[in-house]
Amino acid sequence: MNEALWALGRGTGVVALALFTVSVLLGILTRSGRPLLGLPRFSVALVHRNVSILATVFIAIHLLTLLGDSFAQLRVIDFFVPFLGAVKPVWLGLGTVAVDLLVAVMVTSLLRRYVGRRVFRAVHWLTYAMWPFALAHSIGNGTDASQSWFIAFAAACSAAVIAAVGWRLTRGFVEYQGIRQAAAPDRPVRARRNP
Amino acid sequence: MTARPAANARLLLHIDWTACDGRGLCTEILPELLGRDEWGYPIAPGHGSDVPVPDRLAPAAEEAVALCPRLALSLRRRD
Repeated sequence: MNEALWALGRGTGVVALALFTVSVLLGILTRSGRPLLGLPRFSVALVHRNVSILATVFIAIHLLTLLGDSFAQLRVIDFFVPFLGAVKPVWLGLGTVAVDLLVAVMVTSLLRRYVGRRVFRAVHWLTYAMWPFALAHSIGNGTDASQSWFIAFAAACSAAVIAAVGWRLTRGFVEYQGIRQAAAPDRPVRARRNP
Repeated sequence: MTARPAANARLLLHIDWTACDGRGLCTEILPELLGRDEWGYPIAPGHGSDVPVPDRLAPAAEEAVALCPRLALSLRRRD
């Protein structure tokens, strides 16, 4: 039983990192306002949301299975308060920080309509901190971190996220950006139709 | 934008221009109602901030409201 919980804890952690990576990529694509090949913009946004929810479910299983595992020596407080862990407290704490940020991002996303655009947006920016915390936790705590397949996986995820963030920082990232800047270099174009 | 929105529509799709960023999701969900201007912002010919929604497009309009990344859309009942 203990072995099973441990295996499930490891597996769900790796899958969650993969899903979070996909979610970050789709989130950046959503922000650009561009469709993905044949996938329309609203589908990109929906897949972004659903992949994030799925990743959160995997993280919930990751926490619960490792709570039941005797090697990890987890306590419930380690889910929320970082750096108190019995085993590798610093690496575990990075995962705890990622969970805290995940909870904040998910709650404000699901309650977007109630917290408003500003709060949603401000908290959503924390994703850019959450993902590196999760990656560092997987490398520092992961049982498979020294395996070559995991190193290749972590490197691929990192390369993808770095490339997407790099793209986000380029000038032509947002659809219509060039036309809008040419039309009104100093003022946001959206003000033009205000009654 | 094949058909003109019904004049007797009971629902209005309100666009908050201070929030709208022209991401284009609403124009994909409601192609019969909204087009995109040359800057990418939604446009309904003949209407400004309040676009009448025919009953058959009400579910799609609700979807557009729910999915707008900028929370710029809302549905209002026409008085």
